[in-house]
Amino acid sequence: MSSPAQPLAEAALAQQPLQPLAQNLVQSVDWLAIAPPTITAVVGLVVLVTDLFVKDARKSLLGWISVAGLAASAVMLLPLVNDDRSTFCRNGEPGVCSYTADTFTLAIQFLVLGGALLTALLSVTAVKDADRGLPEGEFWFLLLSSAAGAALLPASRDLATLIVALEVASLPAFALVGLRQGDRRSSEAALKFFLSSVTATAVSLMGISFVYATTGTLYLTEVADRIQHVDGQFTTLAQTGVVLTLVGFAFKTAAVPFHFWVPDTYVGAPLPIAAYLSVIGKAVGFSGLILVTVVALPSYADVWGPALAALAALTMTAGNVGALRQQATRAYSAVRLLAWSSVGQAGYLLVPIAAAAYSDDPERSIGSTVAYALMYAAVNLGAFAVAALVGRARALNRVADYRGLYASNPLTALLLAFFLLCLAGLPPGIIGLFAKVTVFSAAVDAGLGWLAVVMAVNVVIALFYYLQWTALLFRAPEEATAGHRVPAPLTAAITVTAVLAVALSGAPQLILRFADTGLF
Amino acid sequence: MIDINESVMRVLLAFVVVGPLLGAAAALLPAPPGLKGKSPEQAVLRHGVTVTGAVLLAAVVLVLGFDHDHPSKMQAGTDISWIPALDVRIHLGIDGISLPLLVLTALLTFLCALYSYFKMPSGPSPKAFVALLLVLESGTLATFAVLDLVLFFLAFETVLIPMYFLIARWGGEGRAGAAWKFILFTLLGSVVMLLGLLLIGITAGTFDMVALATDNGRSLTASVQVIAVLAIGIGLAVKTPMWPLHSWLPDAHTAAPTVGSVLLAGVLLKMGTYGFVRILLPIAPDGFRTFAPYLAAFAVVGIVYGSLACLALARRGAKGDLKRLIAYSSVGHMGFVLLGVATMTPTGVNGALFANIAHGLITGLLFFVVGALKDRTGTTDLDTLAEESGHALYGKAPRLGGLLAFAAVASLGLPGLAGFWGEMLALFGAFDPAQDLSRPAFLTFMAIAAFGTLLTAAYMLIVVRRVCMGAVPQDAPQPRLADVRTYEFAAWTPLVVLTVVAGLWPRTLLGLTDPAVQQLLSGGTR
Repeated sequence: MSSPAQPLAEAALAQQPLQPLAQNLVQSVDWLAIAPPTITAVVGLVVLVTDLFVKDARKSLLGWISVAGLAASAVMLLPLVNDDRSTFCRNGEPGVCSYTADTFTLAIQFLVLGGALLTALLSVTAVKDADRGLPEGEFWFLLLSSAAGAALLPASRDLATLIVALEVASLPAFALVGLRQGDRRSSEAALKFFLSSVTATAVSLMGISFVYATTGTLYLTEVADRIQHVDGQFTTLAQTGVVLTLVGFAFKTAAVPFHFWVPDTYVGAPLPIAAYLSVIGKAVGFSGLILVTVVALPSYADVWGPALAALAALTMTAGNVGALRQQATRAYSAVRLLAWSSVGQAGYLLVPIAAAAYSDDPERSIGSTVAYALMYAAVNLGAFAVAALVGRARALNRVADYRGLYASNPLTALLLAFFLLCLAGLPPGIIGLFAKVTVFSAAVDAGLGWLAVVMAVNVVIALFYYLQWTALLFRAPEEATAGHRVPAPLTAAITVTAVLAVALSGAPQLILRFADTGLF
Repeated sequence: MIDINESVMRVLLAFVVVGPLLGAAAALLPAPPGLKGKSPEQAVLRHGVTVTGAVLLAAVVLVLGFDHDHPSKMQAGTDISWIPALDVRIHLGIDGISLPLLVLTALLTFLCALYSYFKMPSGPSPKAFVALLLVLESGTLATFAVLDLVLFFLAFETVLIPMYFLIARWGGEGRAGAAWKFILFTLLGSVVMLLGLLLIGITAGTFDMVALATDNGRSLTASVQVIAVLAIGIGLAVKTPMWPLHSWLPDAHTAAPTVGSVLLAGVLLKMGTYGFVRILLPIAPDGFRTFAPYLAAFAVVGIVYGSLACLALARRGAKGDLKRLIAYSSVGHMGFVLLGVATMTPTGVNGALFANIAHGLITGLLFFVVGALKDRTGTTDLDTLAEESGHALYGKAPRLGGLLAFAAVASLGLPGLAGFWGEMLALFGAFDPAQDLSRPAFLTFMAIAAFGTLLTAAYMLIVVRRVCMGAVPQDAPQPRLADVRTYEFAAWTPLVVLTVVAGLWPRTLLGLTDPAVQQLLSGGTR
């Protein structure tokens, strides 16, 4: 900074990146690397078109095409394992790419696509049960589009792609929430969701524009580099940009104070969509948050670290207290409880991200979030699958409706108990316990003792409502209920989640290894 | 005593830990043909007896194969990597400290299963009961057998859910509230403990208890040790329970079914004190030294408090519940254990471990006898039992009365029975505590604790007088109480015999624990 020409040179440098891009519009694309989100998007379009040519009686075909498409995308992750690929790179600079398929990307893409696949399995039954209440072609198209956006997001390494992916993931989600025809609650929920989300996106777009203004680049790695040398008079602008950018992503993870839309939206949405939002919606939020904080703005760790730590503490407390206050006899209380508990879980997910700010080895911390998210995805979708099953017989889906489930349907009750104990983090839910242990150890390792203590208290609060629900399953039923025949897709969803949760409990290393390896 | 191949020992120990878990899973499945028994209920209860019996047998063989010349050496060790990401290893092993507790657990669970086979507590299906009992056994045995901090925590937590359901589903009056109190107290304690364990593991770079004990706190700074001991100590103290964190215990004991009370007092409480000896003493000695006087102070307050609470309950007209009284007496007895640990001397720690075992045997027996009394009379309320002149159990059911008196006298620490040695050694330890500890303070504690033994004797004798003695009314057509039944004899005799043996021949136990304790205090296990 000694020479007076330096700022000028930097300003010139800031202008540069646009030109090579303009010169070289044709570039080689690594189709294998981008296959997972691409296939999802293409299948979405195929479904939309097919819808026009399929008779009403055979609409269920669309659901199975979507399921197959999501499965195919998930399978396409396999060849990418242990093979860091990047594409859409700036010419001559291999390190500066828009799309990267590294370990982090693949883990989150697996979560997103697997979660979307399970959602699709749940939806096959839900769409059929709705009996034309849900427009099929649109439903599947929207679900696949949103999943494509969510799968693109963890791979994006520049701010523009990031925001595009975020919007591709969210906009169809608003429509999905409000898709139930003639349902006032559904449209109200969609509106709530939409308004608060759009505000957040606008705010974070503004933040990104500030960051771009001060650094002159959108690539995350370059932002990381250049934001350290921002001209003195622009530091305020850069800092404002950082804070505003974070706000948008905090909304997606449903962090406090952006959590108020969650319970109403979950209750208003079709149940599989609530499940989708609780898992994939969160994955979108926190992976974006990780990219922005750890990859793009590591030098601002002293700004976002404490902010995220406070946010995590508030979020888990608000979520768990909200869940604690749910009355078992209120209508839709089961979904409400899961909604509030998902806010609480979002708080746990934020802890390692906050810890990354203080840690010498941020990637390990981030790995804890990834591992926790994978565990959470499996067991939460499992719980939602059981809720979908119970909701078929008891439309109100109150927690009280689960009383005596063991008497009528022992296996389902045992599995729900297992899922809930995993969420609570208590043996026999071993994987839930170990996922919490990694999060705790990330916090302790980073010296965030107070946050660990807050989380410890929250774990106890959460145990109260999870265990209350679990205990209810085994009580004597109020009235005799006949066991229903379980539709095949629901059985498949419950089985897959159960097998995952049990297998992970036996071999936690399968997902905990992310907390031990380099992710980026 | 007998030479058993090391790899056989390894398999035996693994079986002791995993066997009950497999048994629990099997209990939920329908009985295979040929083992259906008279009814599904009978078949599953018999399954429980078989599995716990097999585990007890394995534990006994472990004792026989244990190298009694080197009790300080970790034996039957298994060490497999389980979760490399967290550096968690399945590390099992037993030494002179854990072996007696392992056998005590296997024995008490077997006796409970046997007792329930004949006298199933009223409640829902026995299928779930047996499964939960076996999970509980697995968790407790694992706690005593694992040598990895994270695994220890896992085992520690495993017992919560089964015990919760045992109390909440098969318990007596007020069971729902009691079960909640039990699980919330212990969980709050144990999450704090987890933070402490993580702090130690992360700072020292390993979760292996043997490595950490050998290191003897050298790689942990004093401040880390202090924080870790505080966090872990709170978790263990809730479980033990230490005054003033004990308030869950009386409720849980009063509400729990007989079998639940026996296991809770006999085994679960020991997990707390075992943690003090196995984790805190060798791994963070400096931190422990800081808190030792406070621990001892809380311990003696617990002794006096427990005794006074018992005295208040035993008074005429106090409507004292006999099970509640024994629960409070447990607070007092565990106070002696904690006092012994807090002295940080071999004498005190040996006394603590001895008192641990003795308390398991004697209080287990007491709860069995009181449970049987409740089955016969329908109440555990002392005033209802004793009425005006005493319940006259001696007259109505002499053997039952005799057993109750025996257990009560053993509990007050009569020389010649198991209860005596542990408490005396703990007091001896307090008379001459470790070098850096304030001797006058510990002398005071010793004096108060000794006063506590007098109070203990007082309330135990009052209970015996009010329940056992008195004149049998001749005129009224008094329904005779059934005396001790055969299955009760079978379930209780081992406890009586062991109480006498441990009392007359303390060397059997001390010979095992002493070398291990010496090594633990002087620089870890090999």
